[in-house]
Amino acid sequence: MRSTLRTRTPNTRRARRTRGAAAKIVASAAVGALALGLSACGGDDKDKDDDKAGGGGKESAATVQLPKLDGEKVSVAAVWGGAERKVFLKVLDEFEKRTGAEVSFVPAQDPIISFLESKAAGGQPPDVAMLPQVGAIEQAVQNKWAKPVGPEAQKQLTKNYAQGWQDLGAVDGKQYGVYFKAANKSLIWYNTEVFTNAGVKEPKTWKEFMKTAQTVYDSGVTPMSVGGAEAWTLTDWFENIYLSQAGPEKYDQLAQHKIKWTDPSVKDALTTLGELFGKKGFIAGGADGALQTEFPASVKQTFTGGDQPKAGMVFEGDMVSLSIAETKAEVGKDAKVFPFPAVGDESPAVVGGDAAVALKNSKGAQALLTFLATPDAAKIWAEAGGFVSPNKALDLKAYPNDVQRGIADALIKAGDDIRFDMSDQAPQSFGGTPGKGEWKALQDFLKNPKNVAGTQQTLEDAAAKAYKKS
Amino acid sequence: MTTPDAGGTAAVPPAESTPHTSKTGPRGAGPRRSVTGTRRAVAVLFLLPALVLLGALVLYPIGYSVGRSFFDKAGDFAGLDNYETMFSDDGIRTAVKNNAIWLVAAPALTTALGLIFAVLTERVRWGTAFKLIIFMPMVISMLAAGIIFRLVYESDPDRGVANALWVGVHDTFAESSNFPRGHPGARSPLESAGGGAFVTKEPVRAGEPVVLPLTGVPPDQMPDDAKSAKPAAADPGKVTGTAWQDFTRGKGRGKLNAPDAVEFGYPGIKIEAVKGGEVVASTKAAADGTFSLPKEADGAQLRYPASNFREPYNGVDWLGPSLITPAIIGSYIWMWAGFAMVLIAAGLASVPRELLEAARVDGANEWQVFRRVTVPLLAPVLAVVVVTLMINVMKIFDLVFVIPPGSSKDEANVLAVQLYNSAFGDRDAGVASAIAVLLFLLVIPVMLFNMRRMRREARR
Repeated sequence: MRSTLRTRTPNTRRARRTRGAAAKIVASAAVGALALGLSACGGDDKDKDDDKAGGGGKESAATVQLPKLDGEKVSVAAVWGGAERKVFLKVLDEFEKRTGAEVSFVPAQDPIISFLESKAAGGQPPDVAMLPQVGAIEQAVQNKWAKPVGPEAQKQLTKNYAQGWQDLGAVDGKQYGVYFKAANKSLIWYNTEVFTNAGVKEPKTWKEFMKTAQTVYDSGVTPMSVGGAEAWTLTDWFENIYLSQAGPEKYDQLAQHKIKWTDPSVKDALTTLGELFGKKGFIAGGADGALQTEFPASVKQTFTGGDQPKAGMVFEGDMVSLSIAETKAEVGKDAKVFPFPAVGDESPAVVGGDAAVALKNSKGAQALLTFLATPDAAKIWAEAGGFVSPNKALDLKAYPNDVQRGIADALIKAGDDIRFDMSDQAPQSFGGTPGKGEWKALQDFLKNPKNVAGTQQTLEDAAAKAYKKS
Repeated sequence: MTTPDAGGTAAVPPAESTPHTSKTGPRGAGPRRSVTGTRRAVAVLFLLPALVLLGALVLYPIGYSVGRSFFDKAGDFAGLDNYETMFSDDGIRTAVKNNAIWLVAAPALTTALGLIFAVLTERVRWGTAFKLIIFMPMVISMLAAGIIFRLVYESDPDRGVANALWVGVHDTFAESSNFPRGHPGARSPLESAGGGAFVTKEPVRAGEPVVLPLTGVPPDQMPDDAKSAKPAAADPGKVTGTAWQDFTRGKGRGKLNAPDAVEFGYPGIKIEAVKGGEVVASTKAAADGTFSLPKEADGAQLRYPASNFREPYNGVDWLGPSLITPAIIGSYIWMWAGFAMVLIAAGLASVPRELLEAARVDGANEWQVFRRVTVPLLAPVLAVVVVTLMINVMKIFDLVFVIPPGSSKDEANVLAVQLYNSAFGDRDAGVASAIAVLLFLLVIPVMLFNMRRMRREARR
């Protein structure tokens, strides 16, 4: 069944991907998801908010005062299902406990913007929606649904978030989104047994990375697994290299198509990528095989087969761990992770994330945004696992294992230099359609990595067409 | 929503309208009352529900699609722009081309196969059981069949049945070598000689043991009799040396270009001594990797011929861009051959035996009977099958949507899939409607043919 679902993903993929593969796996099962946790009722007043919410011990004590909202109703729409939804409900429970408000979870479908469209048309938008992309927030603002964050929430944001993360939730200088869940897409996962057998360590720079790959190859294992059947993995490869090599400013310009794809910086990035893709024997199954490997398969083939897996390393975001969970390998023991090697001065930090956006100007909605911006809320999910918080005030000890901690640490350390997935920012016909635009161009590039100039030209032609239309 | 409607309408009208024409044709003479004496008003009353449904579910969507095709994405009038896009867009052009391939290949092959099955099953004892098996794939939904064939065509011979068979056949004739992926490591005394062979940079001397280190042979593919590599003893009358895997597990290369005890020799690897392009001597290494060549090799360069490193054969790239459409057509035939067979078998049952007997008595052999008697008598049935399949093939969607991996999706594209992509991927209802209209126009000739044939049938 999984392959069916996968083939159907193209249209919904943008939203899903940023959310991580958990939803992919879970989505099929979560069709009959019932939500809702209802409780108290009654009016309230703002003057009550001076009493300390929560109380209790020092460590887990509330870091923020939330207004008393007895009887207030707050609805939250998100596409999370299964395990993710369960944990998120726990976060909401805590909010209920502290404020006395009544929170209901509205299960939404992908793409969430279309879902909200129908809700808004019906006159009943949820108070808060968890939006998985920068583009979705912009759209919500354009449609005049989104309400700016209030002063309380803004205070928490300023205190707990790097400027970069705040900016991702802002449109035209106004803050709308509070990023609650982040995805780090600048990670390379490796099979520890392969690395031990080859006698190599985690590389820090691209040069070291290539040397590591060579040694792994010498040891008799193909170094890299690439899930090229789904071209978004290829766009992520390019984006990481480009961000690290050309820097964040150029990255932004290219994302908005202010510089052309024929720019020399693109040439450098493609050449670098070609070093890896073009090396004989470095890609599992060769280019043809990689082009038929779906993303989950690319992960699985790296972590099955004992000390002779089909590949030693695989690149992608933290959702890789969910595919690893389907193998016998154990994250942290058999599967470990290192940050994407620095091609230029710094390692890149390409990220994704889910931002909470208020769609109603209710007190409950604002209070929930405030709560989600605190480390208290992040801690609940962090402890449950499968979660990385962009909240820098969150104690790294909250994460259940070293791998998660490392991913979160890299994300926080990247500070303001984080960038949202470029292809997710591009018009869909360029950055998100199978067999078209960037996807097609990079798949062809994987087949023929020497053709840098031709690839650039194809990319530019497609981009010019797509950006003109939108 | 234009898609299914337009696709559906294409097939519905002939079925819906034929009973009409056949009825009104011969009897239309009576002006007010029909033979049964019903008034026209009553007739209209009874027809009304059907007409309303037909109008609402068939005619209106067709009209709307045609209208919508003249407006752009946002709903502004765009004239023929959508049609222009349609014929200038590469993706859609491939779709048209592929649809043509489908239209020619799939019905013809399916019918031919169905005919063969029908004729053969008539003659075997367990014909019904055989028919049942052939017909079974029809019961599976297209989507499920797509998933099945996605797995069948998987390129890895360990997973895809098609390649497993292919590789099995191939390997009985050409075996792969023992040292796939072997290659010189960094700072090796060997260099590439082109074509996958490796050669020493310097000529070798008798009496000075040579090292021929390679890396990269997967440990699980090393020959079982490999022993730990030993340095070769010097022998002034011979060129001696060691051929081994210069890689220590867990330690990288170990001692560079020198055999460590934990490293393994390459038993049976072929080594040639080359002088001025001529092979003067050749040998194979022992289990510990040592080898010796006669004196003639003195001053020659040693070479590992490429045959040592031949990669295991991995079969055909079924899902690659060049074979994807034939591969999908193959899965379609698997599904529909049973359908063709059942219809043709039914037609075959009504062929008068006397004619076949007469032909045999006249001295025709079996092939002539089949070719000159059976097939012509079956022609009307064959036409029905071909035309039904043609209509079916024109709106083919599921298989093409499911089977190709992302990287060859555009090479496999057909109109119905493109329509879906335009409508729900690009959210461009204008172009999607234009494609729907094109599909509709393409179906019309087949439809007309079908109607005429049926009318003829009714007259007989």
